[in-house]
Amino acid sequence: MASFVRRQHGMVTRDTKLLPTEPPAPRHAVSQALKRLVLSVQNYSILSGRALANIFTPPHYIGDLLEQMDMIGVGSLPIVLLAGFFIGAVMVLQTASQFVRFGQTSLTGDAVSLALVRELGPTITGLLVAGRNSSGMASELGSMLVTEQVDAMRAMGTDPIRKLVTPRVLATILMLPLLVAMSDFVGLIGGFVVSYFTLHLNSVEFWTRAIKALEFSDLMQGLTKPLFFGFILATVGCYKGLTVTGGTQGVGRATTQAVVISSVTIIAMDVVLTKIMLYLAGRVF
Amino acid sequence: MNTEAPSAAAPNDPVIVFEGVHLGFDEGEVLKGFSFQVAPHETKVLVGESGTGKSLTMKLAAGLLRPDSGRIHLMGRDLGEMNETELLDFRRTIGFVFQEGALFDSESVSENVAFRLREEGEPDEEIEERVRESLRFVEMEDAIDKMPADLSGGMRRRVSIARALVSRPKVVFYDSPTAGLDPVTSQTIITLLLRLRDSQGVTSLLATHRLQDAFAMANYRFDPAGGKIERLTKDEVAHESVGETTFLFLRDGRVYFEGDPQSVLDSADPYLKKFLV
Repeated sequence: MASFVRRQHGMVTRDTKLLPTEPPAPRHAVSQALKRLVLSVQNYSILSGRALANIFTPPHYIGDLLEQMDMIGVGSLPIVLLAGFFIGAVMVLQTASQFVRFGQTSLTGDAVSLALVRELGPTITGLLVAGRNSSGMASELGSMLVTEQVDAMRAMGTDPIRKLVTPRVLATILMLPLLVAMSDFVGLIGGFVVSYFTLHLNSVEFWTRAIKALEFSDLMQGLTKPLFFGFILATVGCYKGLTVTGGTQGVGRATTQAVVISSVTIIAMDVVLTKIMLYLAGRVF
Repeated sequence: MNTEAPSAAAPNDPVIVFEGVHLGFDEGEVLKGFSFQVAPHETKVLVGESGTGKSLTMKLAAGLLRPDSGRIHLMGRDLGEMNETELLDFRRTIGFVFQEGALFDSESVSENVAFRLREEGEPDEEIEERVRESLRFVEMEDAIDKMPADLSGGMRRRVSIARALVSRPKVVFYDSPTAGLDPVTSQTIITLLLRLRDSQGVTSLLATHRLQDAFAMANYRFDPAGGKIERLTKDEVAHESVGETTFLFLRDGRVYFEGDPQSVLDSADPYLKKFLV
């Protein structure tokens, strides 16, 4: 099985193409696939580590950071707010039918608030931003790579990881919790609107219960998860962009893979983080 | 910021040295024990068919790629002994013109040319002055506020040259600077390279598959006093600020032929003759 090896930024990547006329033995194919996976994890870890380490050493590209915060934070606001509103609304519709059965419609605010703040707000917002921004990062950096702009940057003495990756990673980590907070709030508004018209709950009842239901541990859970989700979606997007092979077709592939990998990783990490947060709730916060 | 890397080289030592360089991929080895040198102020023209490793050689020489084995010295420094951070610092002393220009397409012409100066923290007034000076040299000052997408291929190539020379490098790498351009635009680009060589005395490595560009570099010079291009006579001796132009033909990952332009013309080798057609 022929392969292309690129050595850049201390990373080695391979893009395998099947050239021989005979199909490879299954064991060989599995072995090659596993090797590629291990290599990818290694290179991703190196890239992520360097991107984070660059935050603490100069030079800092503040202009690029602010630009990315605008694109990721302000740019994602409309979709995050819209999604938050409708999620809150549909939460009420789904839970109301159950609460009506027990005559406990006043618990609607509690349920929507807890679900949004602890779980749906961070996860849905993370997935939306992954779809919008992780793909954008992969396509932008991938296009730069295939047109030798990344090499041009290196040839002029600028570290592309410091200039391109670190601002994107830091911007996403800073902006995602804020987006989640706004999504939660707008989700509660959406939930209130539906509960007002369908359950005839008054605003005092809804909002009082929604806020009282929340404890410090819920807020910690809901605002800590976005830090990790932001790190994942930005580093995956940048990694896929900087390891593109195969020209413009490769850029398209990398964009899709960035969204899929970051989305699945966010959902998987959510399980782990939830378990950890629930353990820490009451012990630490 | 100090852009001058400490050099261990004496003034007459070769500027670029390749010793037994091997580079390969799983599809096969591309460079197989490739060795050559470039003297101070010399223009070495790498000629070869597509896929012979010309671009790889350029990137190896600039430290953008690392060889599988062998040594590469640039301005007296062994690139193999430098980590990426040291190489980044060192590359501030060189210029590199990529095949398609490789301009940053989200930034204007002005910002592209100013990129290195901004990275070095130069004051804004000096940046503007040097950007205009560079763009004037390549006759692109009018396009200072345009975006790369608004420029033709030849214009992008010229801006790329301006970007490479804004920091006044001593060594410049040109990776197929006229690839894909029409003959008239190619001539414009070669004229710029001549002006750069003869007015600033840079050492350069030029990769091309167009032998006419290589002969233009060898047979013409730019007269800084008169401000025009002149054809060199056979008997003319290049003045001190102009180095010689030599050719290096690549084939099968090794040096196939190395010599001055006249020896290429006089050669009966059928492979060299293919390039002269």
